[in-house]
Amino acid sequence: MMPYLPADLPRIAPGRDEAPWWEALARHELVVQRCARCGTWRHPPAPLCAACHATAARFERVSGRGRVFTYTIVHHAVHPLLADRVPYNVVVVELPDAGGVHLISNLIDVPAAELRVGLEVQVGFEDLDDGVTLARFRCPH
Amino acid sequence: MRDRVCIVGVGETEYRRWGGIPDRSEFQLACEAILAACADAGLAPTELDGFASYANDRNDAPRLAAALGCPELRFSGMVWDGGGGGVCAAVAHAAHAIHSGAADCVAVVRALCQGEYGRFGRVGGRAPARQTPGAGIPAAFAYALPFGLLSPAAMCALIARRHMHEFGTTHRQMGHVAVAARTHANANPRAVMHDRPLTLEEHATARMIADPFRLHDCCLETDGACAVVLVSAERARDLRRRPVHILAAAEGGEGAWGASLYTHAVRGPAYPSANAAPVARRLWAMAECEPPDVDVVQLYENFTGMVLMALEDFGFCARGEGGPFVEDGKLLGPDGTLPLNTAGGNLSEAYVHGLNLVVEGARQMRGESTCQIADAEICLVGGGPGVAPTSALLLRRG
Repeated sequence: MMPYLPADLPRIAPGRDEAPWWEALARHELVVQRCARCGTWRHPPAPLCAACHATAARFERVSGRGRVFTYTIVHHAVHPLLADRVPYNVVVVELPDAGGVHLISNLIDVPAAELRVGLEVQVGFEDLDDGVTLARFRCPH
Repeated sequence: MRDRVCIVGVGETEYRRWGGIPDRSEFQLACEAILAACADAGLAPTELDGFASYANDRNDAPRLAAALGCPELRFSGMVWDGGGGGVCAAVAHAAHAIHSGAADCVAVVRALCQGEYGRFGRVGGRAPARQTPGAGIPAAFAYALPFGLLSPAAMCALIARRHMHEFGTTHRQMGHVAVAARTHANANPRAVMHDRPLTLEEHATARMIADPFRLHDCCLETDGACAVVLVSAERARDLRRRPVHILAAAEGGEGAWGASLYTHAVRGPAYPSANAAPVARRLWAMAECEPPDVDVVQLYENFTGMVLMALEDFGFCARGEGGPFVEDGKLLGPDGTLPLNTAGGNLSEAYVHGLNLVVEGARQMRGESTCQIADAEICLVGGGPGVAPTSALLLRRG
């Protein structure tokens, strides 16, 4: 199936701190990093906990249930690959069972007119052809 | 440092729509703006011994010192990434260097020549598909790029949409920022939009860029450069222009802000905001004054909605009230009670990454604006909102 946005948009190769998060996505698992000492959730991944400074951490699998915290609908393409893909949405999804951390993503199969803050969404996975997987969300119903 | 350092000269090249200066390099524009600021101050360019900038400006201090024939380079300052958020911090770094004795005469400069280097607002058009983090490409961009979150317009639209959700802010309220800037540009012959009037109705129906932002909610993309020159208050007394005192300066933001324009990871009351509340607290404390003491404001408008949040962060109105606050026309100079961006700003004069807001603030304090506020004594300049570090200055008429 064609991905929501072109797979060859510019990307940044994950660094050492971030690689486990992307590797979990490739297994179709949404994980969030959590401090092994104080339990504070954090995203994006970081080498230490901002609350207690422990470096020990786990990537815990979460349900993938989320809520739209905010969104935009992009009409003006700033990259040539997006010229025939506008308008498209970008959402910030809040994950209630991971301490409320925010993920940036897109919402698939939701008409722009129905997009609103607070919408309940569920993660899905889109495999790109080079082994990278993206977490994109849908409405569960 | 309060009141101990002054802006004594301002200068700029012509401002043109992006690509509109095809015959000179960006580096030449930077040098021309500095020369103009020195001429304005009545200082020989060879008296400069320091340079400061921000946003990874390509025209680095060692190259400027060599090109201008400066006998010695004693100070060079670059504000860590944060784009236009660093504009007032660059001025502050120059002022701190002078106040500490590290340097005597410092130029702050910003130049953009998109005819030479490619369009600022176009992402990745010339870049390889796989990028390495570094200056101008934060590692956090990894979490935004694959989802088409590429432009500052879309990034700030996310913040503005949340503000609309929480507080009922409307797109029409944002229009008051755009129309004020444009009206002021219509009086400013240097402004790229000098001959183009704008109404609230045109603002409301212009083509959509990134919902809720339409065309006139977004800053321009232009070519040009500007500069300001600073010396100590003692030395400023002997120069030809009325000195403009750095009454107060502050930079930074919420500690947790990080790269939130790319990640939107910040939570709690700081989102939605301009991330300027911590800066504002320190600014007012250093100046020992309050928002009602300000006669005119220059607030960085990357996008109109962010200005409403900056007005809240700086304490001109309560949190969430930025929209209703501007509806009465108070932003329109010269007669409004809080004239905003009196040369047209990033929206309608030129996008020199906000340094033109510092230039205009200085002109207001010298009585030389094309939209002069009568008896203006204190001007607030606020740097790029929604980023870290952001920064701000209070300027005082000498």
